[in-house]
Amino acid sequence: MRWFWIDRFEEFEVGRHAVALKNVTLAEEPLDDYAPGIPHFPHSLMIEGMAQTGGLLLSQLSEFKARIVLAKVTKAEFDTIAEPGDQLRYRATLVNIQEDGAICEGEISVNGNPLGTVELTFASLDESFGNDSFFVPGDLVRILRSLRLFEVARNEDGSSVAIPEHMLADEQRLMQLAK
Amino acid sequence: MPTSEEVFEKVQAALVDALGVEDDEVTPEATMVGDLGAESIDFLDIVFKLEKSFGIEIPREELFPDDILTNAEYVADGKVTDGGLAALKERLPWADLSKFEGNPRVQDFGNLLTVQDLCKYVETKVS
Repeated sequence: MRWFWIDRFEEFEVGRHAVALKNVTLAEEPLDDYAPGIPHFPHSLMIEGMAQTGGLLLSQLSEFKARIVLAKVTKAEFDTIAEPGDQLRYRATLVNIQEDGAICEGEISVNGNPLGTVELTFASLDESFGNDSFFVPGDLVRILRSLRLFEVARNEDGSSVAIPEHMLADEQRLMQLAK
Repeated sequence: MPTSEEVFEKVQAALVDALGVEDDEVTPEATMVGDLGAESIDFLDIVFKLEKSFGIEIPREELFPDDILTNAEYVADGKVTDGGLAALKERLPWADLSKFEGNPRVQDFGNLLTVQDLCKYVETKVS
């Protein structure tokens, strides 16, 4: 099982904000186990969904090379729940970006109504944490395509965001290996 | 210009928010790292909150003089040299370096900053 807690990007403005959708379904294991008899989507996984939305937004600035981790959940406030059949929308805004990390403010809505707010701190790991990549670039680019990131991603001037060359080259490498 | 009390209250609020500590733990003498448990990534959050709260810009090197502490010219055998101390005083005129000067081990610098130091720094920015 892959750890995907967003389904698709709806907006992606480089270095500024991104909006991702998450459809809630009873087929997901966490809904069954979390509160038997009252199936709803765990708020902790909404934090993860927001972290994936904001983390990819931050990571894109380095052509997805930086190793971004969720370092701190500064704030998480939830007013209601999301049930099977509901659609969650995560709006992540990078309010402060530094060399070693960033701060992300997130708004969560369900079916168009406010559900909660979170504030996250991301860290960008330096070489003191080793040099291993988090992702195989050729694998990650497939995930990003599945999330439709490059379909909606826009630069400040409104132009489309190109898929980084190093990711395309690595994807070619994977295809050669599969032959 | 805010009074010292107003600066302290805002700094306190930022630290309570960023570090999840209680109001009464944030005393002027408390050290950020040792007493309040701040980790390196927390400073990103603290600086952001202070910038927002006071409407100021805080260049990293003004609070964290890593360039001095890693400069071979200013460090010998793990200790800051006299020249290094002079450079630190010039960069951080608001910080109380008197204790550090007694045994200026580089590794101890990270736990030097107190809430009072932070307040004094902010006061230099808002004045």
